[in-house]
Amino acid sequence: MEAFAYAAPTTLPEALALLGNQWGEADVLAGGTDLLSLLKDYVHTPKRVVNIKGIKELGGIQAAAAGLRIGALVTLDELLASPEVAAYPCLVAAARGVASPQMRNMGTVGGDLCQRPRCWYFRAGYGILARDKDGRNLARDGDNRYHAIFGNQTACFVSASSLGPPLAALNATVKIASAKGPREVPVEKFFLTPENDRDRENALGPNEILTEILIPGGATRNATYEVRQRQSLDWPLATASVALTMKGTAVGSARVVLGHVAPIPWRAAAAEKALAGRGLTTANIEKAAQAAVEGATPLAHNGYKVQLARTAVKRALAEIARQKG
Amino acid sequence: MPDYSWPPTEKRRVMGRRLSRIDGMVKATGRAKFGYDIKRPGLLHAAVLTSPYAAARITSIDTSAAEKTKGVAAVEIVSKPGTMVQWQGTEIVAVAAETLDIARDAVRKIKVEYEVLPHVVNEADLAKAGARAKPAAEQVAGDPDQAFKDADGTSEGFYGLPVITHCTTETHGQVIEWQGDKLEYWPSTQALSSVGPELAKMLGIPAANVHVMQDHMGVGYGSKFSCDRWGAFGARLSKASGGRAVKLFLDRAADQLMAGNRPSHFAQIRLGAKKDGTILVWQSRSWSTGGMTGGGMPPIPYVYTKIPNRRLNHTAVQVNAGGQRAWRAPNHPAASYLTNCAIDDLAAALKLDPLEVFKKNADYTAFPEVYRWQLDKAAEMIGWKKLWHPRGDSGKGAVKRGLGIGVGTWGGAGHASQCRAIIHPDGTAEVELASQDLGTGTRTVIAMVAAETLGLPVGAIRVKIGDTNYPPSGSSGGSTTVGGVSTSTRKATTDALAKLLEVVAPGLGAQPEELEAVGGVIRLKASPAKSIPWKAACKKLGVSPISAMGENNPKLAPKEGLNTGGVAGAQIADVSVDTETGVVRLNRLAVVQDCGLIINPKTAESQCYGAAHMSVCAALCEERIMDDITGRMLNPNMEFYKLAGMPDIGEIIVYLDIRPEHDKRGVIGLGEPPVVPGIGAIANAVTNAIGVRISVVPMTADKVLAALEGRKA
Repeated sequence: MEAFAYAAPTTLPEALALLGNQWGEADVLAGGTDLLSLLKDYVHTPKRVVNIKGIKELGGIQAAAAGLRIGALVTLDELLASPEVAAYPCLVAAARGVASPQMRNMGTVGGDLCQRPRCWYFRAGYGILARDKDGRNLARDGDNRYHAIFGNQTACFVSASSLGPPLAALNATVKIASAKGPREVPVEKFFLTPENDRDRENALGPNEILTEILIPGGATRNATYEVRQRQSLDWPLATASVALTMKGTAVGSARVVLGHVAPIPWRAAAAEKALAGRGLTTANIEKAAQAAVEGATPLAHNGYKVQLARTAVKRALAEIARQKG
Repeated sequence: MPDYSWPPTEKRRVMGRRLSRIDGMVKATGRAKFGYDIKRPGLLHAAVLTSPYAAARITSIDTSAAEKTKGVAAVEIVSKPGTMVQWQGTEIVAVAAETLDIARDAVRKIKVEYEVLPHVVNEADLAKAGARAKPAAEQVAGDPDQAFKDADGTSEGFYGLPVITHCTTETHGQVIEWQGDKLEYWPSTQALSSVGPELAKMLGIPAANVHVMQDHMGVGYGSKFSCDRWGAFGARLSKASGGRAVKLFLDRAADQLMAGNRPSHFAQIRLGAKKDGTILVWQSRSWSTGGMTGGGMPPIPYVYTKIPNRRLNHTAVQVNAGGQRAWRAPNHPAASYLTNCAIDDLAAALKLDPLEVFKKNADYTAFPEVYRWQLDKAAEMIGWKKLWHPRGDSGKGAVKRGLGIGVGTWGGAGHASQCRAIIHPDGTAEVELASQDLGTGTRTVIAMVAAETLGLPVGAIRVKIGDTNYPPSGSSGGSTTVGGVSTSTRKATTDALAKLLEVVAPGLGAQPEELEAVGGVIRLKASPAKSIPWKAACKKLGVSPISAMGENNPKLAPKEGLNTGGVAGAQIADVSVDTETGVVRLNRLAVVQDCGLIINPKTAESQCYGAAHMSVCAALCEERIMDDITGRMLNPNMEFYKLAGMPDIGEIIVYLDIRPEHDKRGVIGLGEPPVVPGIGAIANAVTNAIGVRISVVPMTADKVLAALEGRKA
């Protein structure tokens, strides 16, 4: 990695003042599970690294009437140990899917949302859009077995976030701090598909820090199902996070979010529509799962992910049907 | 001549016991020093600039900015301008600096210009190989055409294994330091006794001037026999820095690209047989690559070598990728996979139980009775009678279960090895060999053999290996180490003991040959009460230690009978396939292996566990992925180069076939044999579960789902 200045502020204003106005000036360090690899591979070469782990207000999990607040610095392990979080099985399952104690001990909730894609062209230095010097889209034309099957017209990487899909399904919001003051963004809107190589894949600006996650109150039945090649540490091939409000035995409203199939956590609106007002029968679950993958635009080598996404939705819904309501 | 033969089973006191490795504690606590851990005064760290292109000509190199970088001690151009680069990862320039970070930063300042040339990096589709395909002459035995006419049934299939890499836990490299005109050299090697002379030759210095040391190393799997180019340019960097020690270990990406790999193998295979399953004819069209050298034909038909009618065609394909190296049981896992899948498909075509077909044809093998016995044993262990079902007949539900068979063979006779045994007047017993412990337990079995011979506890033996000041011993390849070092140690300690017995015999009023060393005493065989403790016996040496040399000479070994080669193995896999996700899980793998006389059942079984683990990796998740467009390896890491983790392995059930007829053959190496049959067994189990063949491993979700849908992956 290239040499950089290092700062370890203990307050949020100090930290914000240390960030730059342009990408490349400074990087935020929390768990470091992603940043270190970005630095070592020279994908990021910041002039300054700002360690935010000493900022106490960015930690902790608090239940409130309005819902649940999760500090950005909460580790995945702390998340799994929290009795408050246990009420959200979709979040628990997604965190547990990070199948390495080391990653769960070091990796933070905020870091999971902000981590950069694992696209092998991006990591080899071809940029977020995976273009070679002639402008050729390497991800689209090359080996795209792990790439996007939705929303892949410009960018083909998949969002690497494990917690993005369940948080989007729970209609959570992230709080972002900057020198101008805090702002709140729904998780669903936090993730963005870059249009050019200078864009990032989320709403965070170079001088901003994600500080906390807010999950609204209200009872939902929810689940996440994850398909991985390996049971040991491995990136999911496809996931589905589903959160339902129930009216008796029928679904009131549904939020169905697919993971690792698009540059963003992918909202499956057709599946949500298919579920609304219907019971969780096997036939209805099959219909919703099928609806979830309609409109998929698989690339040459990732057609199998359509089936995986369909199965993930089906199994997440089946799990909810098994839950005691 | 003294009697060196192994004690009979019932008289073994140390050999045959399930002992933990004697170096287990130092490894578990981190006190063991690997080459990577060597720290020398003024140590420099080296980094290597490698080619980003798969095919290119170097037109210019400008190292001036690197040389001017503060902290850089030496810059060595490895590939001069004009050099044709033939794979990504080719070493161009090496830099030694005060820290690794400085070396890496300096490497990034080197400007290299290339004329980029067209590349070919994939060979799975032979039709696309063009001029890179180099067909060999057809080999024919018997009359294959007539045999196909005579056959009651035939089967045909396509099977393949991609290139995989070694993924050694410790990457390749060394610490090296000039001291005057002599080299102190700490590599990570499988060949302690031969890397020194090899390096000396590359550097043009006398072989005696290289001193090689290695206490521990992080496995090699066949990829660490050479001192390698980086040994030579590491030495040059040290010389250019005024003799300062230089540490140069490849990073993981470079290791994946240039430190060897296992060649791919693909084959279209057709078999013809009688309706009872007796194979009449084998026909195959195979191809493979091991980089720019192409790839040789695997030994097919494998194990069933005596199939009377055969037609074989093979094509070597050159690709712009790093060169092949020996990989644990070179060519055997591939040949086993190709052959076992073809036989399994034949059984299905004839609607026969594959267990019966594998046994029926055992007369075509070198060990018919052993294979039949082992297949039955593995079948019993896995519950074949209860669980096997005809192909694809797996019942309802998304998850299908299946069983599959694989067989293998290997040599494993001991390599050339010399051992010096020393008994000191204070009772200390030492054995010295310039051998190496790859993590297999070599150190431990040497101690056990010495302890057995001298009648001492294992802890009383000082095993000194890993230094070329000791007598030379062979490289650890071909599963030859345990046979070699156990024989040389047995002979050296037997002779050293004989000298001690001569000294103590008069005091016991006996002839030396009437004495034995057992349980820490020297005693009369005829009246064990008449004895002298080991320490008291050694005290009689005064101030002069005894030493004796022992040697394993592979040419004489068959006559001596302490070690031999030639083993058989059979494995049966039990898998579950989720047909909605395409994810395959290994439930159990039954491993039956013959292996001669076992010195330590625990370390022997560990070899089987490790080997089975590697089979699971190759069968289910591991492959080198090359990008047609950029010519690069897309997964030169441990992230997308997927190895099976602990939860992915399933239950490995090991049965070591140590019936007396195997024990009496002497010691046989076990490093390689158990890695051979597993991939075929797992592939056949998956086919049994889902009813269709996934032709090319690893059987990842994409390929399984494609096979289920009947489309090409």
